[in-house]
Amino acid sequence: MKYVVGIDLGSTTTKAVVLDEGGRALGRGITNSRSNYDLACQVALTEALIHARFSFVAQAMEERGVPPERARGLLGDLERLFRREQYRGQVDVLERTTAEVVGRFGVEDARRGVAHIVAAMRGESDALYAKGASRKSDFFRDLAGSRWHALAEEEARRGGGDFDVLVAVFDKAILEVENTPWAEGTFERFVRAALADAAGAAGADAAALAGGVDRAVSLALEQWSSVGTGYGRARLPFPKERIRSEILCHGLGAHAMFPQTRTVLDIGGQDTKAIQVDEHGIVTSFQMNDRCAAGCGRYLGYIADEMNLGLHELGPLAQKSERSVRINSTCTVFAGAELRERLSLGEKREDILSGLHRAIILRAMSLLARSGGVHDEFTFTGGVARNPAAVDALKALVAENYGALTMNISSESIYTGALGAALFALRDAKGRTSAPVAGEVAA
Amino acid sequence: MPTPKDALKDDSQLRQKTMIADHFTRLSRAPDTGEKCVYTYVPGNLTELLRAFGTLPVLPEINALQSGMRGKSRDFIALAEKTGHSEDVCAYVKSDIGMQAAGNVGPTGERLPKPDLLLLSYTGCFTFLKWFELLREQYQCPTVMLHVPYQGEGAITASMRKYVVDQIKEKLIPALEQVTGRAYDEDLLKEHLARSAKAEDDLVAVLESAKHVPSPIDSWFGGVYYIGPIFTAFRGTQDAVEYYRMLRAEVEERVRLGKGPVTPDGDLERERYRVVVEGPPPWTHFRELWKMFADEGAVVVASTYTKVGGVYDFGFRHDPSRPLETLADYCMGCYTNLNLPTRVDMIARYVREYSADGFLINSVKSCKSFSAGQLMILREVEKRTGRPGGFIESDLVDPRYFSAANVKNRLESYFQMIEQKRTGVGVA
Repeated sequence: MKYVVGIDLGSTTTKAVVLDEGGRALGRGITNSRSNYDLACQVALTEALIHARFSFVAQAMEERGVPPERARGLLGDLERLFRREQYRGQVDVLERTTAEVVGRFGVEDARRGVAHIVAAMRGESDALYAKGASRKSDFFRDLAGSRWHALAEEEARRGGGDFDVLVAVFDKAILEVENTPWAEGTFERFVRAALADAAGAAGADAAALAGGVDRAVSLALEQWSSVGTGYGRARLPFPKERIRSEILCHGLGAHAMFPQTRTVLDIGGQDTKAIQVDEHGIVTSFQMNDRCAAGCGRYLGYIADEMNLGLHELGPLAQKSERSVRINSTCTVFAGAELRERLSLGEKREDILSGLHRAIILRAMSLLARSGGVHDEFTFTGGVARNPAAVDALKALVAENYGALTMNISSESIYTGALGAALFALRDAKGRTSAPVAGEVAA
Repeated sequence: MPTPKDALKDDSQLRQKTMIADHFTRLSRAPDTGEKCVYTYVPGNLTELLRAFGTLPVLPEINALQSGMRGKSRDFIALAEKTGHSEDVCAYVKSDIGMQAAGNVGPTGERLPKPDLLLLSYTGCFTFLKWFELLREQYQCPTVMLHVPYQGEGAITASMRKYVVDQIKEKLIPALEQVTGRAYDEDLLKEHLARSAKAEDDLVAVLESAKHVPSPIDSWFGGVYYIGPIFTAFRGTQDAVEYYRMLRAEVEERVRLGKGPVTPDGDLERERYRVVVEGPPPWTHFRELWKMFADEGAVVVASTYTKVGGVYDFGFRHDPSRPLETLADYCMGCYTNLNLPTRVDMIARYVREYSADGFLINSVKSCKSFSAGQLMILREVEKRTGRPGGFIESDLVDPRYFSAANVKNRLESYFQMIEQKRTGVGVA
């Protein structure tokens, strides 16, 4: 079947959204951006196509009469086990690469320690992907990095090698692991392995599940058109006419997710954009941060590093605050100093974090005001829209300044730009100039 | 004014280059020839009067922008900051102060003379005043500062005019007589003013040629070259009259041939967007920005920056029959001396009369005379014309304030927004 894809190459993550010929969402994928932009696009697309194939597993099960809730549960299990296989596959690559790095740099003392760590990681994979287990990140780099550090510490304590050397081996290897694309047929290998484990729990629906997997595996997907956007779009492997501004893509994507949208705020890794759109999703006005990325998502990433926290943990911690600290600077460079100063004054971490979130949102409020204000409905997108403390601060400030209005945040908001790009791709593919595209499309 | 090596090669451009080169050579020799030099600024410059006294004008902000274009302003600014000027001071000032501290070698590589007189004939820019205070301290030379009333009510009244004329008569003319040892010769001044008016007619014809579709000129990137002679040392000279006659003929020929404007990569093949621009260009990245426009097929059909040294297209001409009054009107009529409603009217009128798809503001950090109120202008012009406004930020000559990726991102988004609005393609 034919599909179109929109790719949003951001400074932190690269997202892909895949639609079918009718504009229906088939799948979406995300990966961390890396210096190799082509590969980041390829990985995001691969992930989106995997997601799309899973949607066909669900469809096949429903056609065979599996109740939707049951089908969703089975699919969830299948996907979780698929991710485990994927993780193990990457651990295999990591094993090969770290062994090669040990040889290349002549740090033979670390060889046994490295082998122990890899074996331990492989052994942990069942628990990591057990039903109900939570994971700190979706990306192998983060998951493996955090485990490697912990295991290297243990290994060093036991005399299995020098900690710094063990970590250096990982740091050298991980780039290569990330830059190793999956071989042809990998989806089938992983999904069949996952199916072998999932089938037991499927009981009477095992045949339907297996039938779904067969359909997903055999599905021929043919790319019809693509559009790229995002900060790195100039380096996207697309011709110029297939590149769209991220402002337009976010406007269109937000409109597609929430058709009544009139104002969009997107806070990404290094850009904040305030966008006004009309009833057709056409951008009428926009403002974005100038050459300084103060107050963008990267600021939160920096703070998380300073506090030795995961990015996902910042918002929930800030929400525990009872007395927000006033923070004036949103300069990323000064953030660490400001944070340490506040801590030394005895302020609580959650109160400081709450103040930091508010400071970021105040900067966004200024951009919103300059772009023409906030109009009903208001849609918040980008990576920072996943942060509950940022959302709380935004809700409060918007209500204070513009009164009560509907604020939309999709759990898929990070895909807004890619969705807009995919809709442009669809329009290009159909060669239309003014015909409408389905407004209810959601990734 | 700027002279790109390979952007414009028309006869008029070569002529302008020669005029500028000759002028700077004359300036460099002034200490030997005894010609008197007057430092003054573009807005409200009284070149005809200065020329009538036989003095040579030196324009510090033009030297600063030239330093920006030639990639020298970064070092000059650093030098000025070393001597105590903060990062927030106007970059023109710092570039000029730095250039003087580095030996006062001008854009053509020749040394500039010391001023015999500092003449401030426009006080709408408070920074000008402070700038000349610094130069007065440095050169210990006579200084004349005319207080020029702001057009707060949107018009020049008889009392405002008299106020400026009185200052010219009572302060400036005696100072020039003293510095040059010459008596004021009104007939000579009138001859200069008559030549100014002739050149001004031709300049207006050149600027208004952009009403043609496609436009034969770019009124911002190209426009800054066209305003060069008339905004600086040459207004009222025969050289300027001939330059503008030549330029007009060339532009009329482009119209006849249906040619688009010249860009850094040659003639623009296809005009895709027609925009009006408010604000000065970022001189340090002038060609880079020009190329960003040209690559998108964007042509600036009218700009406010090309009015900083006089808004001629709405009727003003130097009038030899009322020499001092016309000079007073000129001082008060430059673009940044107009109040915000007048600026809004002017931009809205440009958008309509030049069939523009939209208008774009380049907000520069250095110049508050320009940037104060620009967002209000943006909203108001959008409301009146129904055409989308765009907004980019940079600086005059401080390269640290130009982010190419950011500006390109905004420009591309802006042009695509125009395209999207034009075709009405979104999702229904």
